Amino acid sequence: MKLDNRNGFSRREFLKKAGLLGLSISGAGAALEVVFGDDVLAASTAESSARIRLAMVVDMSKCARKEDCTDCMTACHRAHNVPSISSKRHEIKWIWKEPFVNAFPEQRDGRLRDDLVSTDFIVLCNHCDNPPCVRVCPTKATWKRPDGIVMMDMHRCIGCRYCMAACPYGSRSFNWMDPRRALDEKTINQEYPTRTKGVVEKCDFCAERIDHGRLPVCVEACKEKALVFGNLSDAKSEVSLQLAGRFAIRRKPELGTRPEVYYIV
Amino acid sequence: MHERIRIFGGLALFIALAAFPVWYARATGRANVVPEPKLVNAGKECVNTRAFMREYHMTMLNEWRDEVIREGKRIPVKVAGMEYQKSLTGTCMKCHANKADFCDTCHNYLGVSPTCWDCHNFPKEQKHETR
Amino acid sequence: MFEKALSGSRKYWTLVLILLALVGAGVFFYLRQLSEGLVITGMGRDVSWGFYISQFTFLVGVAASAVMVVLPYYLHDFKVFGRITILGEFLAISAVSMCVLFIFVDMGQPFRIVNVFLHPTPNSMMFWDTVVVIGYLLLNLFIGWATLGAERKGVAPPAWSKPLIYLSIPWAVSIHTVTAFLYAGIPGRHLWLTAIMAARFLASAFASGPALLILLCMVVRRYTRFDPGREPMQALGKIVAYAMTVNLFFIGLEFFTAYYSGIPGHSHSLEYLFFGLDGHDGLVPFMWTSMGLAILALVLLINPSTRNNERWLATGAAAVFFSTWLDKGLGLVVGGFIPGPFESITEYSPTAPELIISLGVWALGFLILTLLYKITVAVREEA
Repeated sequence: MKLDNRNGFSRREFLKKAGLLGLSISGAGAALEVVFGDDVLAASTAESSARIRLAMVVDMSKCARKEDCTDCMTACHRAHNVPSISSKRHEIKWIWKEPFVNAFPEQRDGRLRDDLVSTDFIVLCNHCDNPPCVRVCPTKATWKRPDGIVMMDMHRCIGCRYCMAACPYGSRSFNWMDPRRALDEKTINQEYPTRTKGVVEKCDFCAERIDHGRLPVCVEACKEKALVFGNLSDAKSEVSLQLAGRFAIRRKPELGTRPEVYYIV
Repeated sequence: MHERIRIFGGLALFIALAAFPVWYARATGRANVVPEPKLVNAGKECVNTRAFMREYHMTMLNEWRDEVIREGKRIPVKVAGMEYQKSLTGTCMKCHANKADFCDTCHNYLGVSPTCWDCHNFPKEQKHETR
Repeated sequence: MFEKALSGSRKYWTLVLILLALVGAGVFFYLRQLSEGLVITGMGRDVSWGFYISQFTFLVGVAASAVMVVLPYYLHDFKVFGRITILGEFLAISAVSMCVLFIFVDMGQPFRIVNVFLHPTPNSMMFWDTVVVIGYLLLNLFIGWATLGAERKGVAPPAWSKPLIYLSIPWAVSIHTVTAFLYAGIPGRHLWLTAIMAARFLASAFASGPALLILLCMVVRRYTRFDPGREPMQALGKIVAYAMTVNLFFIGLEFFTAYYSGIPGHSHSLEYLFFGLDGHDGLVPFMWTSMGLAILALVLLINPSTRNNERWLATGAAAVFFSTWLDKGLGLVVGGFIPGPFESITEYSPTAPELIISLGVWALGFLILTLLYKITVAVREEA
């Protein structure tokens, strides 16, 4: 220790040691969080071996029966206070329709079955089993639940939009402005929060309903029963039975994301 | 001699300016104002005691948030034979329905602006918005 | 040594005031952005990263380039760089400061930035980018300040600065590699999903940074009594020439794989950038300008007779800087989002508030650079 003119060590030495102590404590804290913090495993890419692997099957033959139907989208956006913003740049959507060649762009070239050329497919977050958005989130504001739902924590999101860049499906929306500016106070669903500017949002498979044993809003709203939701790990669930018997495709499976929204075409 | 006047005079002026909030509040009687949050649905029991909530409702709400959203545990709180969901809008704001008369009185007094209500809805009978 | 930045000529104070005014304008519009949201920028659901992140990406490269003077001098005793390593380190500090600021202004909830440290996420490249960039800033602050302080006192730099200097060499490479990993590990964006992303980043960084350093040396020589000397600038010119050649070669490699493989997804973004796609060609002029400047720069810098001429050297350096700025800044980040995940095209152009905020950040970076260089020059002039 360097000594000053006076007895005892100098102020400079003290400041240096204090700074070093402070840094080591915070560094140790961070290290402990990494090692023992239980939500650091949010981005596990191992396959879900859990007893529950939630998935959705979209039966396009039933969906396409009703032209210009928007039941599932309207129900979802109303229940979750998703604002309707006219600007395409700033719009927020959790579930919507895309033409087949846009939902499945790798199928663009070549001859398509006649009805597919003009059919609009329902698209939403695929709640991938190996989600790249979860892998890249720097704060674990998005993570994969044990039941497979890719969840959002709006409180923690810092709005960096890395997840939006990482999602290969364009499933995520950002609140470029305060969404309450585009929501009518009188028709807001009071039971569900709105969001605030600066956070990312997307479909969360109605986690708040799933956790109370109910089905997602879109599934209930579909009058044609085109949306089937359930536990793929249960061989007797409706989703399992549907997929066991019928051919289904998923969006961009070659990317290894293991999307869990299946389309019976 | 002159320096002494300047030094002590300056010091006195500095202390007076620095302590302005303290003596001004006392002089104008504002220091005696104590926030009185008004309970609307009195008669029902809150999920915790008044002393606990006064000190810990922020931490408790954060814990609720993490349990419900991050852990997916939506186990209701049982109080006096009733079950309450761990929800700001769904539970707290149902009883403390007048945000201006309850929540805002203390928050304004202390000069804190929690951002909860940027997202979480609250009953809107009263018109004032607080920041 | 701070006090040395507080006394200067009229020209110095004019520069400082102009930069402060630009910073002020940036702050004004940033306050508007805080209040209204990122809606005031040109970004949108399809192009969700724009000018701010592109400037960050470019500046991380400039910051990393300090290693191009530090490595030869400290590892290989290349004495020619002895007088300018401090200029490189201070340029790194200025560039990294701008990086941090560009990230901050891009965030939707900037005041939650602490969450990155409260909830460390080792699987996220953005977490590591934050760690290494801030680490690099601290490294250069400590090294630069200690070295300059020792020079001022006429003593050798403190012993602890040596290991830090050695550490800064791989650390510089790491900051730009991790930034490249932000892009190169994402499955859905074909322009970015290339193994040579980090290599491209480093090549263009080692071209752009030293090019800027050449220009800064000339400015310092013109306006102060400190002359970095002819040889350092010549050596830097050669480094820039090689790095820029490799950079262009790498771009050529991208074109080959994209077009020869014939896989549509691989070439669509390049098609949009350089030739236009489905009638959208907003960035085509910028990309060809970038290529034109690159060719010009290579001709001027590879040819010894033009490289030895300081006027042509400056032209070549400026051409490199602007070429890489267009390529990395505009082309790479925006191009990655076009076409989008649905193979649809939404073009992007920054709005005026976005540009003014960005200009404010650049001005703050140059202000930091001015102050640090002023201190350096004052110390050298004293000696």
